[in-house]
Amino acid sequence: MWKFLHPYANPETTYHFTNKLLPWLTALAALFLSIGLVWALLFAPADYQQGDSFRIFYVHVPAASLSMGIYVSMAIAALCSLVWQLKLADASAAAMAPVGAAFTAIALITGAAWGKPMWGTWWIWDARLTSELILLFLYLGVIALHNAFEDKNLAGKAAGILTLVGVINIPIIKYSVDWWNTLHQGSTVSKLGKPSMSLDMLWPFIFCFIGFALLAGVIICLRFRNEILARNSIRPWVRQLVEKQLA
Amino acid sequence: MQFNSFSDFINMGSYGFYVWLSYGAAAVILTFLLIKSKSGHLHTMKQIAKRKHREDKLREARELRKKQSHNKAETSTEQSSTQTSTVTSTPTNKALNEVTE
Amino acid sequence: MTLKAQSQQMTEQPIDKANTDRVKQLSYRRAFMLVLKRDLTIAMRHKDDIINPLLFFVIIITLFPLGIGPEAQTLSRIAPGIIWVAALLATLLSLDRLFKSDHLDGSLEQMLLSPHPIFVLVLAKIFAHWLITGLPLILIAPLLAVLLHLDENSYTALLLTLLLGTPVLSLLGAVGVALTVGIKKGGVLLSLLVLPLYIPVLIFATSAIDTAALGLPYSGQLAIIAALFFGSLTLAPFAVGAAIKVSTN
Repeated sequence: MWKFLHPYANPETTYHFTNKLLPWLTALAALFLSIGLVWALLFAPADYQQGDSFRIFYVHVPAASLSMGIYVSMAIAALCSLVWQLKLADASAAAMAPVGAAFTAIALITGAAWGKPMWGTWWIWDARLTSELILLFLYLGVIALHNAFEDKNLAGKAAGILTLVGVINIPIIKYSVDWWNTLHQGSTVSKLGKPSMSLDMLWPFIFCFIGFALLAGVIICLRFRNEILARNSIRPWVRQLVEKQLA
Repeated sequence: MQFNSFSDFINMGSYGFYVWLSYGAAAVILTFLLIKSKSGHLHTMKQIAKRKHREDKLREARELRKKQSHNKAETSTEQSSTQTSTVTSTPTNKALNEVTE
Repeated sequence: MTLKAQSQQMTEQPIDKANTDRVKQLSYRRAFMLVLKRDLTIAMRHKDDIINPLLFFVIIITLFPLGIGPEAQTLSRIAPGIIWVAALLATLLSLDRLFKSDHLDGSLEQMLLSPHPIFVLVLAKIFAHWLITGLPLILIAPLLAVLLHLDENSYTALLLTLLLGTPVLSLLGAVGVALTVGIKKGGVLLSLLVLPLYIPVLIFATSAIDTAALGLPYSGQLAIIAALFFGSLTLAPFAVGAAIKVSTN
């Protein structure tokens, strides 16, 4: 069943595949993002309670869900690399970490910018904001561990173990922070996302979400490509490729 | 279209600062990461080329030294230096490839 | 090395199935005890390794009243948090010596080569670490609680949370140390890796102490810390073993 994946264990094949994939991904990301953002900024109706500040939603929510999604994919890649000793899985995890950290930072900044007009303060020790902050720390730990090793393969393995420990801990941290928050905070923060969104708001959101996900894919592919080259720098095919490209 | 004028659009119903702050921060972070990841490709390639260049130089120096000691030992054999270098470089390349495989 | 000698002894036993099974079972416990004894002996020879984190713990806690003010009410309000954060930092400070010297003199590699599962050996080392650093913290904590005017109802809660929580700190910290032991300047990195993982323990421990101060039952929080303890007890040594394999390469 998984046989069609086997050729992609070869770095050279995967490198060329990534190269071929990139223009398509870029075009799709640009298309979806431009449609989504124009729709969200210009045509989507303002929220009847929050007014135009609701437009932050179209960046904030995709960034927040991608920040968690990328961590999970990173953990899956780490598991694959530990179980099947796939070096490329390591490379992909290394490529994903900075992208995930960037989306986490965006989610935090947009959350703060949304919180200021809505709650009257930049930062609130809300459960979701706090766990997002902790997620950022976990990402930064993984990136720091990656950078601390000279040998890229060792770095990948060590960061993989840390990612897996983190992914076990994320639900526990999330649960404990939720629990801590309800305990310490008397007044509950009103839920921002309404249970049912009108279609006028849902469609631009879907476009933005897909657009941001594709953009994340583009950046991950770009970084993945670099990681493959850096990890295989002594292979003849890389040498030939470099000669051809730089000539 | 939700806005009547461009200044209305910038103002965002008095939430302009916060909305543009969020969109701006997202744009800056993502563009920075995108550009850095994109330029990283060339950077990696240049580094690999530099490393290859250094290794080639090292190998040449080693061969030159070997040849010099060889020449001292038996000065009778006269061969053009360029020919030996091309002849010896191919097997070492092959050996290197085999080692790295 | 004693461990190696012992393993050789084991392989030289006459091959008798029942007998080997018994020997093997015995040897797990003996390997555990050997490593534990060895680590404790080393620690006893460098007493400042035990005393320094403890002093650090005491000094941090005395700094807080100086920074915040001597009002008993404020202090007793924030005492659980201060004691627990100080305990986290003191544990973090002492973590470095868990594998560092063993890595430098090569006995960590010997441990990987020994026929015993790395799980047992790692568990022994972590237990030794807890005995050296966690236990003194628990013993000195009531004294510091007096200094911070902790509510009288909370003393048992403080001791129980420390008793269940500090092993979790040692276990999770060991994963971080094992990952960074091969790196030259791993100290700062270690805190970055480990501190986010300590958050659940901190939250539930301080909440248990706060609840106890109100005279309410805190067994729920205690049960969760116990769950964290058993969870990390079963999972952390595997992660530590894998990380040591990466670090020693």
